[in-house]
Amino acid sequence: MTPRIIFAAALVTGVIFAEPALADRIFVSNEKDNTITVLDGQSLAITNTIKVGQRPRAILLSVDGKSLYICASDSDRIEVLDLTTLKIVRTLPSGPDPERFDTSPDGKLLYIANENDNKVSVLDIAAAKIVAETPVGIEPEGMAMSPDGKTVVDTSETTSMAHFIDTATNKVVANVLVDSRPRVATWSPDGRQVWVSSEVGGAVAVIDAATHSIVKKIKFDIPGLTSAQAQPVDIKITKDGKVAFVALGPANRVAVIDTKSFEVQKYILVGQRVWNMAFSPDQKRLFTANGVSNDITVIDVADEKATKSVPVGRSPWGVAVAP
Amino acid sequence: MRAAQYLRAFLGILNREALRWLNQRSRFISALVRPLVWLGIFAAGFRFTLGLSIIEPYDTYIPYEVYIAPGLVAMIQLFNGMQSSLSMVYDREMGSMKTLMISPFPRWFLLLSKLMAGVAVSIVQVYMFLAIALIWDVEPPPLGYIEMLPAMILAGLMLGALGLVLSSFIKQLENFAGVMNFVIFPMFFASSALNPLWRVKESSLWLYRIYSVNPFTHAVELIRFSMYGKFNAQAAAVVGGFFVFFMILAVWGYDPGRGLIAKRGGPPE
Repeated sequence: MTPRIIFAAALVTGVIFAEPALADRIFVSNEKDNTITVLDGQSLAITNTIKVGQRPRAILLSVDGKSLYICASDSDRIEVLDLTTLKIVRTLPSGPDPERFDTSPDGKLLYIANENDNKVSVLDIAAAKIVAETPVGIEPEGMAMSPDGKTVVDTSETTSMAHFIDTATNKVVANVLVDSRPRVATWSPDGRQVWVSSEVGGAVAVIDAATHSIVKKIKFDIPGLTSAQAQPVDIKITKDGKVAFVALGPANRVAVIDTKSFEVQKYILVGQRVWNMAFSPDQKRLFTANGVSNDITVIDVADEKATKSVPVGRSPWGVAVAP
Repeated sequence: MRAAQYLRAFLGILNREALRWLNQRSRFISALVRPLVWLGIFAAGFRFTLGLSIIEPYDTYIPYEVYIAPGLVAMIQLFNGMQSSLSMVYDREMGSMKTLMISPFPRWFLLLSKLMAGVAVSIVQVYMFLAIALIWDVEPPPLGYIEMLPAMILAGLMLGALGLVLSSFIKQLENFAGVMNFVIFPMFFASSALNPLWRVKESSLWLYRIYSVNPFTHAVELIRFSMYGKFNAQAAAVVGGFFVFFMILAVWGYDPGRGLIAKRGGPPE
């Protein structure tokens, strides 16, 4: 091939591959508007605003990627949004005030934290029935399924504990005391650690999943802010397990943490009161829901930089991205 | 007069300006240190730690350092424009400009060449500043560094032309302190360099109006937008308009027969 042909070929392939088919859709739950905002993953333009139940908080993609589960907290139920028609097609019982939840790896069960009655409810999705309830500490909130599906971790805000629940027996097998007001639990992709954020304690505890002991407490020291302003909430770890992103609430920042050294590498400035986050399916971008500034911020994962913020509804709480 | 002769005169003026900049070590250093003091010290004590709300041309929340960077770029050009033009006070009476002013080159050409030379120096200073500003995460998109070039040329020309007008008023170099107090400081502080206009509007509508008519505000905004790949037509029109206005005044002011120099009793014999 002559250099000119190679150049032309490079140009053509460049044109073809420069714009990957990003059909991603971003879903954001707006706690005060009782809506879900749908944004186009490429243009970040709002394509739909869907009326849902009262006070939508956590949202979660179904394992098959066809539906979005919505915790309609003040309607005391889970709603199922069909991602093709963008209509609520089912409602599921959840127990009172569902806040966060997670699914079993086979997608058949939902584990729901019922903030007001100190229980974790296990919901059979197909049968739309609560099949088990596990009593836990006061104000359960965080809920995280282990990659192997054998253990689910719940955090209770007032008891300040992470409860490890065996999914075979639905019994608590271990309680780990963490700093005050634990909000979110996240498993490392290899299933060896559980990271738990304590909103008031201002720390993230890294718990060894086998021994149930805390191996590291990560604190946040942001120049110019008091330590009380750094209130960690959501935690997202990249698929390769190398980098963790922690949303720091009213500090308006997302901390980037090296998972080997547990050192904070960087703080990324985002919108106000950043709570929950979601990766794009290719993990190139991370979206943050900013509850006070009523917008979402897009973070470039490789560059560790905020690239854009776009307004959504009032009090955006949760975010999910569907391929 | 042929084009080559014009070019030669221009290059001579440019060369002299560059030499002056390089040889005045203190000016060279202070031009670099001044904006860095603002960025590193002032901004640190003044920072909007929780982020500034989103305004054009920014796409997301930014720390204060990122906000003031374009203002500091314009400040470099403001100081440079004043210093370069005020050196005319000395130059036209005993330096090389005296010789040039009595040459057959048209006055507007000589003044414009002087301006362009000053702008070229200021742009080199700006890029040096921006390279160091990376430490504070002031990192516009890569194309922004190129796209801001025309904006800086226009802003630099306007600020330099203003300096020329002022220099035609001034008899002695010692008056630079007066220019600092009565021109540079008010222009810089009553502009969007350090505060977004919406914030000023919240505290005082009158101040907001003063900020809005300050040509320096428009120079800052022109540079700010271009740094992020956006074009601010209003700012460009205002800066361009003021450049033409100041330039006409300067050419008139430097007319030995009619201008301000004549009114002051003309240059010393």
